[in-house]
Amino acid sequence: MSEKFDVIVVGAGASGNAAAYTLAKAGLKVLQLERGETPGAKNVQGAILYADALERIIPDFREEAPLERHIIEQRMWVMDERSYVGSHFRSDDFNKPPYNRYTIIRARFDKWFSDKVKEAGALVICETTVKELLRDDKGKVVGVEVDRADGRIYADLVILADGVNSTLARKAGFRPELDPKHVALAVKEIHFLPADVIESRFNIKDDEGVVIEMMGKITHGMMGTGFLYTNSDSISVGVGCLLSDFMTQKITPYQLLEQLKAHPSVAPMLEGGEMKEYAAHLIPEGGYHAIPQIYGEGWMIVGDSGMFVNAVHREGSNLAMTTGRIAAETAIELSREGKAMSAANLARYRARLDDSFVIKDLKKYKDLPDLPDLLDSNKQFLTTYPELLNRSARAMLTVDGEDKRSKQKDIYRGFRAERSLFGLIGDAYKLWRAFR
Amino acid sequence: MSIKVEDKLYQNRYLVDAERPHIQIKDAAVCAACTTRQCTVCCPAGCYEGAESKVVLTTDGCLECGTCRVICTTHRNVAWEYPRGGYGIQFKFG
Repeated sequence: MSEKFDVIVVGAGASGNAAAYTLAKAGLKVLQLERGETPGAKNVQGAILYADALERIIPDFREEAPLERHIIEQRMWVMDERSYVGSHFRSDDFNKPPYNRYTIIRARFDKWFSDKVKEAGALVICETTVKELLRDDKGKVVGVEVDRADGRIYADLVILADGVNSTLARKAGFRPELDPKHVALAVKEIHFLPADVIESRFNIKDDEGVVIEMMGKITHGMMGTGFLYTNSDSISVGVGCLLSDFMTQKITPYQLLEQLKAHPSVAPMLEGGEMKEYAAHLIPEGGYHAIPQIYGEGWMIVGDSGMFVNAVHREGSNLAMTTGRIAAETAIELSREGKAMSAANLARYRARLDDSFVIKDLKKYKDLPDLPDLLDSNKQFLTTYPELLNRSARAMLTVDGEDKRSKQKDIYRGFRAERSLFGLIGDAYKLWRAFR
Repeated sequence: MSIKVEDKLYQNRYLVDAERPHIQIKDAAVCAACTTRQCTVCCPAGCYEGAESKVVLTTDGCLECGTCRVICTTHRNVAWEYPRGGYGIQFKFG
């Protein structure tokens, strides 16, 4: 390919599509490269779509995007082997359009988003893996080399939207290898069930949906959570834990998922469903301190490749879309001013991100990724407390002739037996500090 | 609870690039001497199998997550690339 582009975007996930769409819409000459057979074929997410980030890119997306269900109820479960103690929040306020959150199926959603990118005027080429970045003798990025004949393609700017593993950023030295402490492995399955069965099981109707977040003994003391999301006629169920924790024990990710699915509180929700896909994906959870240099001479990094995930609030795709959009807006502005895509000029991208919720939120929790270290020597948060909580609830709700004051004393003794008074107070302080 | 990961992978769609594995063990001797072999536990597709004097890697069921590369912290013995364009896992739902 001998023609030169204004911008090459590597990857057709949430961040790459946001960038390519915004750039093409503004009239820039854009080439987007995707290694999957179709856009979305390599992408994995839970998946929850936060409307706001997409709305800022495609305001009327609700009219045509393949959305599954809007979320009206959020359940949080703290589990032991046989029980859960939960808090549920359900509100009719979430039933008023425009809705705020939706479940989506990424392969379908990404295909739609990619069609919008093409409509906006970008050239999208699939089944093409970018092997490396092309650099001139001063080190400036001037294009990419792909795994096809005559595979050198040139552009003024390359945007890396190549995901959490970003082989390109690692090989170019823009980013170090991922630290197992700062990345979670999530595995999930999709189970198909008739829509009316899902609606009766979850007490919902029409396009209403429910999400369940789970923690406790289901992760075997590993730092992580389980999840279950209702789609239109399917349920996504999965579990994710930090890789540094997976490295220290002997349960496989699929055994962990199998145990979660077999939990007596989870199994009835999946019963009779047909499992049609099993997926795995890494989630960058290193937070603020793990963000690498995200721009340089002729390049920018967006999305998971730049570690833009807010692990505390389970947000990623919205950060991906927002970083993709802001990177694109920076390039559009420079192009209109007739300025070069140099590191000095692209620094505006980082400055804009600093002013956005992306960096502000990640900064708020900047010390939280140290939580694994804290929890490593404090496994009680993930095993003992969930168990004590469930045991207490079970005791208070079992009517067996024992008086309530005695039960309360037993519960208190249970906590004291597992943890000293100073230990309990210390734990409360540690958690408060981490989330402050 | 015994489950076979093969039963899960069977539901997935793959375009296998025959004879061109995208992940390779750099030095078999390193795996032979490795005491943890955590790749045989952590790989969500069960691609790594421990044998007495080696670790056998079969990439056909790979989900392209990157776990094996990231966890091999002591030896850095995994050469990891994406498959050629169009090959490997093709998620139907994702």
